[in-house]
Amino acid sequence: MSMTHPAPASVDAAASSPIYALQAVIREYQQKNRKIRALAGVDLEIREGEFVTIQGPTGGGKSTLLQMLGALDRPTSGAVKLGDVDLANASNAKLGRVRATEVGFVFQGFNLIPTLTAHENVDMGLEPLGLSSAERASRVTEALAQVGLAERADHLPGELSGGQQQRVAIARAIAKRPRVLLADEPTGNLDEHMRDEILELLEGLNRDGLTLIVVTHDSAVARRAHRRLRLEKGSVREI
Amino acid sequence: MYWTYLRRELAGRKKQTIIVAVGLAVAIALVIVVNSLSAGVRDAQAQALESVYGVGTDLTVTGAAAEPGEGGGQRFEFDSEAGETTDGTTSVSQSRLTADFMRGTLDAATVENVASLDGVAAASGALSLTNITFSGEMPDRSQMQQGGQGEAGGEPPSGGPDGAGGSAFDLNSFTVLGIDPDDTAVGPLSAVEVSEGRALTADDAGELVAVVDATYASTNEIALGDTIDVGGSNVEVVGIITSTSSDADTAANVYIPLDVAQSLAGLDDVVSTVYVQATSADQIEAVQAEIEGSVADVTVSSQSDLASTVSSSLSSASSLITNLGTWLSVLVLAVALALAVLFTISGVTRRTREFGTLKAIGWSNGRVVGQVAGESVIQGLIGGAIGLAVGLAGIGIINLITPTISSTSSTTGQGGPGQGGGPMGGGFGGMAQQTATEVVLHAPVTLWVVAAAVGIAIAGGLIAGAFGGWRAARLSPAEALRSVG
Repeated sequence: MSMTHPAPASVDAAASSPIYALQAVIREYQQKNRKIRALAGVDLEIREGEFVTIQGPTGGGKSTLLQMLGALDRPTSGAVKLGDVDLANASNAKLGRVRATEVGFVFQGFNLIPTLTAHENVDMGLEPLGLSSAERASRVTEALAQVGLAERADHLPGELSGGQQQRVAIARAIAKRPRVLLADEPTGNLDEHMRDEILELLEGLNRDGLTLIVVTHDSAVARRAHRRLRLEKGSVREI
Repeated sequence: MYWTYLRRELAGRKKQTIIVAVGLAVAIALVIVVNSLSAGVRDAQAQALESVYGVGTDLTVTGAAAEPGEGGGQRFEFDSEAGETTDGTTSVSQSRLTADFMRGTLDAATVENVASLDGVAAASGALSLTNITFSGEMPDRSQMQQGGQGEAGGEPPSGGPDGAGGSAFDLNSFTVLGIDPDDTAVGPLSAVEVSEGRALTADDAGELVAVVDATYASTNEIALGDTIDVGGSNVEVVGIITSTSSDADTAANVYIPLDVAQSLAGLDDVVSTVYVQATSADQIEAVQAEIEGSVADVTVSSQSDLASTVSSSLSSASSLITNLGTWLSVLVLAVALALAVLFTISGVTRRTREFGTLKAIGWSNGRVVGQVAGESVIQGLIGGAIGLAVGLAGIGIINLITPTISSTSSTTGQGGPGQGGGPMGGGFGGMAQQTATEVVLHAPVTLWVVAAAVGIAIAGGLIAGAFGGWRAARLSPAEALRSVG
């Protein structure tokens, strides 16, 4: 059973509307009296239902770009639009709302709460939505089933393998039924077998209509994508 | 989810939770015990005052201090036929009833004058006296005068308690209070109850009757119906009285009717102290001023002035608890709060990735801050509960041990130089008389102390939570996630 996502289940993503539109995005940081330019004028469109990977060397700005797309950070200049929402100029409350409802995030280190069970970790992702407890329980069960961990719902992260923990993290991200799933090196801490499991899971979600943007330096992951982008010295190009 | 997350976090960080809770617990227990002891010492001081000055006495009026050289001078005088002689030894004994020579007396009409003033609810008067009994043995003086004993070339001295012509003398005293049995609303009689026999009544005016303090009676083996020597007269004991406070004695050893006291002491219609009760606490200062303005040559003392007469370990205990105890409580509380704040901030810093992740998945600042604050408040409440239990246990132990503290209030009595023939010359100076009271120290448990403990616990948690929450609120999710790679 797959969860429904707002995006159309269309194989031809090129025909769908852009979910993300970035224009001349620049992001600079101050670090020890030095100005670091992580993004140097990025122009990019990503359409609904696409599976996009972003590759590049360490320090090239990949995570910064992902955080921009995930409404975790604002550009120093330029425009970042998620649908009709201008992420560059939205209020903090609006950005929080976007993170709660529109965007699912998966991290390299899983970032699960170690004292909570798998069920409770997934439930944490639904906390901001204000759903009834029955609806929340239903979605959690559905999400864990979708990632194949229905029988591990009451296990703590420490009792799960790396691959299983990442599945729980994915379940937490998709339980809210987001428009887009952003993953920052989701297979970075996993062995080959677990990496393939996670990739299959992500591909399955994409087939169901979920827009997928994955930062990776693993070419095996990148090969599975519809579009491959390379971010180097703050600039993006298609590969 | 809120309580599940909170519970799991506190359980997962047991060491930190315990340190913060124990720190707060120690502080709160100390605050409870110190406050309770302070209240206990205040109660003890009030008891000590009550036993001397009675219940409800707001002011006392006494005569002005005597000038040096004034007053006093009553002497024990024995004529040549005084005493009983047996086997060459003469035994003498004499009792005198004297007022405090250091302070003048007041006309008894002062009581009514004071009672008629505005703001005075009640007034009573009493005459404080000291009965001093001089007794002893000496060689038969008639033998010395006839046979030239002791003179050069005469027979060797004999007689006396040592059989060799020596003498031995004793000086004993007890306090006597002349009272008006009709005036019991305020003053020493308001704090006593009859344990045997009866109290003095108006019908006892002019009669040689007395009621005796139970502790004095027990110590001196005085029973109901016995007669005692008061000022050289035999007075019948018609009642034994005790203080209404089980932990204190009454104001004097013996109580006799006021007119009898005046007569036996050779005084006019006077009193030594007027006890005054004001209509309300607000009126005390005004009444004090009014008395000082309308009655000449008097000293008017308020409760705090009276308290200063209660000396010794009671006021030392009060100082120790109030000063050292309070400062120690404040210091320990400050340290506990600092610990709680530091641990909370440290915990938030350590959970940077966790809070960054929560914000990344949509948790608002308020939600994250609320979680941090909630954890701190619960830690505070745990500390408060432990502190309350330890504090109450400490109070229980104090009340189980029931330490006693002695308190004394000083008055001066009078003796006088002896006179008469023979070698018994010279004088005896005035003696200080002290009313000693043993007071049992209790540590009362009051509702406000319990409420204060809970309040401190919650406040401690809120303060720590505020600092931690502020730290968590400042966390940018992007920076938080960047900082841990």
